[in-house]
Amino acid sequence: MADQRLIFRNAKLSNGAQVDMAVLGNDIEAVGENLDLVGESIDCTGLIALQGFVDLHTHLREPGFEQSETILTGSRAAAKGGFTAVHAMANTSPVADNAAVVEQVFALGQAAGYVFVQPVGAVTTNLEGRQLADLLKMNKSRAAVSVFSDDGKCVSDSLLMRRALEYVKAFDGVIAQHAQDPNLTVDSQMNESSLALELGLTGWPSVAEEAIIARDVLLAEHVGSRLHICHVSTSGSVEIIRWAKARGINVTAEVTPHHLLLTEELAREYNPVYKVNPPLRAASDVQALRTAVADGTIDIIATDHAPHTADSKDCEWGQAAFGMVGLETAASVAQSTLIDTGLIDWVRFEQLLSTNPAQISGLARHGKPLAVGNPANITFVNPSVQFKVSDVSESKSSNNPYLGMELSGQIVHTVFEGALTVKDSKIQEKINV
Amino acid sequence: MEMQKVNTRDIKKLPALNGRTVANLFFEDSTRTRISFELAAKRLSADVINFTAKGSSVSKGESLKDTVQTLEAMGVEALVVRHNFSGAVNTIANASWSDASVINAGDGTHEHPTQALLDSLTIRQRIMGRDSTGDLSGLKVLIVGDILHSRVARSNLLLLRKLGAEVSVSGPSTLLPEGISELCDQVYYDLDEALSKSFNAVMMLRIQAERMNSAFMPNPSEYSFGWGMGDARFARLSKETLIMHPGPMNRGLEISSAAADSSQSAILDQVTNGVAVRMAVLYKLLAQERN
Repeated sequence: MADQRLIFRNAKLSNGAQVDMAVLGNDIEAVGENLDLVGESIDCTGLIALQGFVDLHTHLREPGFEQSETILTGSRAAAKGGFTAVHAMANTSPVADNAAVVEQVFALGQAAGYVFVQPVGAVTTNLEGRQLADLLKMNKSRAAVSVFSDDGKCVSDSLLMRRALEYVKAFDGVIAQHAQDPNLTVDSQMNESSLALELGLTGWPSVAEEAIIARDVLLAEHVGSRLHICHVSTSGSVEIIRWAKARGINVTAEVTPHHLLLTEELAREYNPVYKVNPPLRAASDVQALRTAVADGTIDIIATDHAPHTADSKDCEWGQAAFGMVGLETAASVAQSTLIDTGLIDWVRFEQLLSTNPAQISGLARHGKPLAVGNPANITFVNPSVQFKVSDVSESKSSNNPYLGMELSGQIVHTVFEGALTVKDSKIQEKINV
Repeated sequence: MEMQKVNTRDIKKLPALNGRTVANLFFEDSTRTRISFELAAKRLSADVINFTAKGSSVSKGESLKDTVQTLEAMGVEALVVRHNFSGAVNTIANASWSDASVINAGDGTHEHPTQALLDSLTIRQRIMGRDSTGDLSGLKVLIVGDILHSRVARSNLLLLRKLGAEVSVSGPSTLLPEGISELCDQVYYDLDEALSKSFNAVMMLRIQAERMNSAFMPNPSEYSFGWGMGDARFARLSKETLIMHPGPMNRGLEISSAAADSSQSAILDQVTNGVAVRMAVLYKLLAQERN
């Protein structure tokens, strides 16, 4: 929190209104024109003030894979990317399938102090897809888990998926499904296409994702539960979700920045930095995903930030790990693909990166309008900066697919619970939270 | 063709690569390709070492990068690589791991370039004459079998078509994925229909037993019935049509002995030409570099 008043002057809100914003303690103290208050004044002319970003899908790798990322380094990368809250995925070692692990992750997040770290609980014990994990205990723990996911693996058993959906309904939980039929994707390496055929890489058919989504929206309808679909990657998935929403099924969906920008063509040189699950798809899928974001079929942008060591990517494609980092570039990719193309405005951008993910997870202090009395979780973006992505990063890993690419929009300041975690695009070493 | 002459001499050896070191780096079982490369290198007087690691690099506890760099540190100038992962040879060639010349001896289900070279040479010499030169314009070739998983098929589609031949494929539809039509001239699900079109050469591919387990086809006898070059089909085949197979053959499954051992068969020519073609590749990469 700010022990001294911070006054952000002349920033524009997502609706275009230009205001001064005063932050004191953990909250927004005042919003208005030419605020006559004493404190540290920060000129934000040309910047857009947005609700702090919320990532519903982050791999922080701790405990167990600290060589790739820790909760501290991942939190810093998140702050650098304008996030004030992240959801730490459960596929750690040990797996976050019980109250002890989620409380530990929660506590480490608080100790790091850069963002609110909300643990995600596993749906099934040890992500094995055999029996339900301690869902209620995780929900009632200090970590107050309400999002459950076996991400990295699909809850493929229909009965287990049905029970999971039913079970979490009692405490308004949500199952975030990694939609991938395991039988249709044995040894799969890239999008199933003529390019995969040419490269001799085992195909990953769209139907492996779409069949699971189709089944799960029907299950969610049948039991009246809330379903969230992780990293939607195909045009067919979009159509199924659009149909489900029109039918009134309680489903939300996310897309990653990389699926909004990158295509399967990048696999051509067998550079494993482009190996990811779900795989990069065709240009027509990318276009369908962008349209779905604009028309509301897709509710949120989530990074699926997946750090991996250099060794696990400096090898043959078939041997390499799946995944790419994304926290620090997410907003820039979103701006480049959605705002600069005229598909959405900043109001929709704010919903995608803050309001909606916070709502899906039920976060009390995130995704709230930048109004007096609300929590001071704020991100200031300079939309007119064009830059080449460099390898300078707060993340411990450098499996960054955007290196050398030209993107637009830069995170200038990030305010987490009233304190600057990022100022003038630099991570702050001492945070007063 | 110069290399073919060397192979028919009494003393089958040239001093061209004397003092050069070639490593056969085989991460996947292969006897014939390894021996063919080894003979090719030896006939050019290169020193040859064989490095065989079954299975993935991980199972032997060393990364591909470390293996490559270790061999280069010992002074190996050319790496002949067979790997079970598609693209692994590209990765070695493109990564900054090594300056050694890299020759693809087959990577996963991707490519097998020297096989395509020896197949084109065989087709040209058997059909257009031993001393023929030039490309394969006007010739029609049919590749039969597991196109989806065949690196031999991929490399042949690329090279034969580049040389002007018309290349069609035939096989079970589960092994002829949708995008295949972009890579070839004609797709025939029905082999008998294909064979009625009088091809200059028919290339039968090896069928792997594990394809039955992953439900690509019901069983071996169903495969033979539909897509094998059995005695009956062979009897109906034009006597002018060349029969090829990259080996090793499953006699009685994708090809009958009558077909394989007939005078129409070019299968042993393929093997013979393999040594010459690999000599030429090694010579091109290593001898000319020296000059």
